[in-house]
Amino acid sequence: MSASFSVVIPGSAAPDAPAPATPRHLPNRGGAVNPSADALRARFQGGILRVEVIWGETSVYVERLRLGEIVQWLHDDPSERYDYLSDVTAVEYRDPEQPIEVVWHLRSLPYRRFLRLKVELARDGKTPLEVPTVWSIYKGADWLERECYDMFGIRFVGHPDLRRILMWEQYREGFPLRKDFPLRGRFSRAEQLRQALAANPEARYSMEELTVAQAFEDLPEAMRKRLKGGERTGE
Amino acid sequence: MGLTARPSDNLARTDTASGSGESWVATRLDLLVNWGRAGSLWPMPFGTACCAIEFMATAASRFDLARFGMERMSFSPRQADVLICAGRVPFKLAPVLRRIWQQMPQPKWCISMGACASSGGMFDNYAVVQGIDTIIPVDVYVPGCPPRPEGLLYGILMLQEKVKRERMSDASLRNEMDPDPESGLYIPPQAIDELSEPFGNSVHQTRSGL
Repeated sequence: MSASFSVVIPGSAAPDAPAPATPRHLPNRGGAVNPSADALRARFQGGILRVEVIWGETSVYVERLRLGEIVQWLHDDPSERYDYLSDVTAVEYRDPEQPIEVVWHLRSLPYRRFLRLKVELARDGKTPLEVPTVWSIYKGADWLERECYDMFGIRFVGHPDLRRILMWEQYREGFPLRKDFPLRGRFSRAEQLRQALAANPEARYSMEELTVAQAFEDLPEAMRKRLKGGERTGE
Repeated sequence: MGLTARPSDNLARTDTASGSGESWVATRLDLLVNWGRAGSLWPMPFGTACCAIEFMATAASRFDLARFGMERMSFSPRQADVLICAGRVPFKLAPVLRRIWQQMPQPKWCISMGACASSGGMFDNYAVVQGIDTIIPVDVYVPGCPPRPEGLLYGILMLQEKVKRERMSDASLRNEMDPDPESGLYIPPQAIDELSEPFGNSVHQTRSGL
């Protein structure tokens, strides 16, 4: 975390933020552009590939390798303050020529803005399915990126613990939301069941992993004292 | 496992007019034990989806599962008699369900509640087990998506009927099924593939002949 965390009280906003309003009569394409897009263009000229406005929402296509600094700037800059990462996902189109898109949904609570960042991964066989992680900026990206890796096979470089999250960890059939993945999976049902039963979750998630012993030292002093004294909560 | 003929109901005899002043009952031990078991089945609810909501409605006051001796939900498999699997089971839960079944002591039975638990239902995809009978043995399948509480109650009554027809002389009823150590499966892979083909499980589950 580079910038100190500032608390935003719900309902309050920066003084120059627009009043909250329900958007009406939005055009399919075009319309008011999120001012952050222009600021991004001014600052990262080459890093911003193009900007689209669809149904009033701004999508900014950015350079794959510069994503990290762009998100960092959006998060830190006092005129942007995108402090909430609401989703990380990916899109694969049926047309095999079209690139796979990785999508970040950012929200600026103080300025009441919504920005969609996209990175296109060309399917030319040379571009790796890799994008930088934003975990160092938003801790909430941890599981979102794991899910995106699990379902699409996109590697988030720098993620501390990039494992499968929905499928079990020994899952070997591939990435289920890719277009080349058959709906029923690649293996026969019996083989799928055999592998699932052999997964042995108890061996993977041991009691040591689930125990609170390691977290105990991080608890506040008062709480540790109470727990050591045998006091229970909720009674 | 087919059902044997139900023993006639007049196996219990009472006599209060023998003159001794004491009343007595004579019956077959089978009948007494099965009557006791069928009337006090403790369910282990394994609810994973919308069927569990309907199961809760069955347990609540309007339909009142307690009428059938099931008011005590056993959230520990070690004190349970019936596993009621309500809802779809993804492959990731398959080892969990298998382990819960193995933890239940004999005698034990299993009700597969709803289309998803019985056959995978509409979820014929990479993530969902195509019928829990590929993981554990099932006694009663309750159709429906989800079944109405009346449907589940009918399934429970069928299970009680099955319990009442068991014979203590038939020790094979209480045999624990051991999965094949090689594959972890207890029915052959070909049978699982056949059960799991589209519409397979819902075709192969036939009525038990009640």
